[in-house]
Amino acid sequence: MKEFARAFLRRPSGVLGLVILVAVVAAAASASLLYPHSPWDIVAAPFVPPGEEGLLLGSDSLGRDVAAGIVHGTRVSLMIGVASTAVALLIGVVVGAIAGYRGGRIGGALMGLTELFQSVPAFVLAILLVAILTPSIATITLAIALVSWPQVARLTRGEFLSLKEREFVQAARCQGESGFSLVVRYILPNALSPIVVAGSLSIATAILIESALSFMGLGDPNLMSWGYMVGTARTMIRQAWWMSFFPGTAILLTVLAINLVGESLNDVLNPRVVRE
Amino acid sequence: MNEAQAMDMTSDAIPRPLLQVRDLHIALPASGDRRFAVEGLSLDVPENEIVCLVGESGSGKSMTAHAILGLLPHRVRIEADSSIRCEGVELTQLSDAHQREWRGGRIGMVFQEPMSALNPLQRVGRQVAEALILHEPALPSSAVKARVIEALASVGLPDPAQACRAFPFQLSGGQRQRVMIAMALINKPRLLLADEPTTALDVTTQKQILELIKRLQAERRMGVMFITHDIGVVADIADRVVVLRHGKLVEAGSRDEVLLNPQQAYTRSLVEAMPGRQAARGKPASQGQAILAVEGLRKTFRSSGGLFSKAREVVAAENLNIEVARGQTLAVVGESGSGKSTLGRMIMRLIEPDGGRILFEGRDALSLRKDELARYRKDVQIVFQDPFASLNPRQKVGMAIARGPIVHGVPHREAMDQACALLERVGLGAKVANRYPHEFSGGQRQRISIARALALKPRLLIADEAVSALDVSIQAQILQMLGELKQELGLTMIFITHDLRVAGEIADEVIVMSRGRIVERGTPQAVLVSPQDAYTRQLVDSIAGASFLGRLSQPA
Repeated sequence: MKEFARAFLRRPSGVLGLVILVAVVAAAASASLLYPHSPWDIVAAPFVPPGEEGLLLGSDSLGRDVAAGIVHGTRVSLMIGVASTAVALLIGVVVGAIAGYRGGRIGGALMGLTELFQSVPAFVLAILLVAILTPSIATITLAIALVSWPQVARLTRGEFLSLKEREFVQAARCQGESGFSLVVRYILPNALSPIVVAGSLSIATAILIESALSFMGLGDPNLMSWGYMVGTARTMIRQAWWMSFFPGTAILLTVLAINLVGESLNDVLNPRVVRE
Repeated sequence: MNEAQAMDMTSDAIPRPLLQVRDLHIALPASGDRRFAVEGLSLDVPENEIVCLVGESGSGKSMTAHAILGLLPHRVRIEADSSIRCEGVELTQLSDAHQREWRGGRIGMVFQEPMSALNPLQRVGRQVAEALILHEPALPSSAVKARVIEALASVGLPDPAQACRAFPFQLSGGQRQRVMIAMALINKPRLLLADEPTTALDVTTQKQILELIKRLQAERRMGVMFITHDIGVVADIADRVVVLRHGKLVEAGSRDEVLLNPQQAYTRSLVEAMPGRQAARGKPASQGQAILAVEGLRKTFRSSGGLFSKAREVVAAENLNIEVARGQTLAVVGESGSGKSTLGRMIMRLIEPDGGRILFEGRDALSLRKDELARYRKDVQIVFQDPFASLNPRQKVGMAIARGPIVHGVPHREAMDQACALLERVGLGAKVANRYPHEFSGGQRQRISIARALALKPRLLIADEAVSALDVSIQAQILQMLGELKQELGLTMIFITHDLRVAGEIADEVIVMSRGRIVERGTPQAVLVSPQDAYTRQLVDSIAGASFLGRLSQPA
């Protein structure tokens, strides 16, 4: 574990990503301390440019504080990103593991289902699901999870297919290990590194999908989110650039940070790279 | 022997050294486990002679070849006062452009893996031509074609024009190695470097390739530096021998000097570790009651044909009948594809046979219920070939050994204690139980695999090529340990191997398999000394160093 941390810290891009990510998480955790009032409160005149009237990032068309919106929006973005990825990993790993380990008719059926989901463009499917289920943070999380698990399932199945033929798995079978134990003790731990990496990248995708949904007006109406802020500001981009610029930058930085961390994880978890 | 002696000896015996290596130091990066891959090595390769560089893995023999070719990996470099001279030219001082001229031009090379050394997407003729065109760009294309065909003919490919048009996947391993040799020799080099060129091949193919290299060497009066770990191969092909260990020269001299009368203890141990030195056993062990009987076992692998491809069938077992008596060691010998590993896996029920019966202590192992199968697998255990693939990289070795007993109901503490005792018994010590597999060498991992198999107290142990991936001296140690354990625990053993020499040493009975059928069976003495079947005879004739073994066993 120590060796793992050291290898990770040797990668400048990973460290940069980690620093940004820690700042984002800190902002989300301290949102109610930094901006105790609701981000929906009107605190100033409309269209105050950044830096004036004590507003760091200016105000929007209704006089709401942009900085407060961004800080509170961090919670929504991270929540949806992490929760939807967790659900996607759960479904994807279970489906992929069964399809890869059992194979045969069950595996074929599961992969057919996976392909069915993949044959519809992910974003269109997400819009459809949210529109049918009425937008709320729970339905958005579910919708994003439902469009992201097929990739995880395919990856897991591929890893399982190659690992289950390996001699150490055969040896474990000869020792009398049950099928469940083979999967949990022998195959899964060795398939974990690519799954962890795919998961970290899928958090970034989830944040982008949520922003896009909110941009289209399909976000949770009770929660301030980055996508919603960019969406409402788009018609006023020439009068008040800061309204869309700062939330947009927040999305960009967070997604970039998660991608950097994900890529460094990929390198570090690959034993051949560590040994160099 | 010091350097001055080495030079003296070589200078009076050999008139014209083609390759002269003097005081070669190859420095490893600071993070390596030792400072030098090769330390102070001096050797000569004269023209018209084959010099064998012998050593175990990690001895620096391949590094030496790569240094000569200027192909050292990044961050590995030759120290300043080392000297490598070929035909009087100092190779260590050459520019990259000049090095390329030497590489493949005046120095030819053949590598170990014929499977990965050829570009799979290019026709063989083009790849051979490329080597020629690079060094003689002005040659007209008709002349190139003629030279390529001539080169392919010289390495004994039956239809050179046809071989030119073939893709690598259409050729067998031996044919690919012939193509590699043709490529290495097309520019008529004076010096050929061959790095374990036959290690990946079956014994019969190995013998053909060795004969080919020897014939071409004599025809062209080339100097050959031949790298190998197999003393048997050395005995067959070498004029002179250089023994390396940990990057240092141990002993050098003519073949007979070094092999028949080794001066250094290490060389002696290498020669003694050569399998087949002990005479094969003639008498069968007392025939006890059969512990395992295989009756009419059949298995055919079918690859389902696609839309345009025909389904392929490979027969792995055709009506196999085998009996193993309690306490006996049965060796199953065959080349790759003979079905010997499939047999082991069918007995373990890792592969389901198409038909036939497997009777273990009188009960049919093929009709067992799930819980009965678990108990059966406790009695019958297997040790796999590849020590790097057969241990779970994410599991501590103590746990790897203890898991079997734990699954079968032994309390956790007790199982761990047993695992420690077993680790002690296989010579690793109980302390290593908390380590992960990647911290061990190949031989140590194989000891762990054996301990894992023995943890369940099996009555029948299947060793599937259990020593094939190991250096000879390690191989000898593991074989000896297996023999002792077999005595102690009263094991019955099925030993699957491609190496007749190993089979002859340890087995009570030998079965020779070819294409899923048993072609011969008998005592090791009978099979090795007077083989009846043509295929067995061919295998026995192909044993590397057979004639030399004969000379060793004669009284001095």
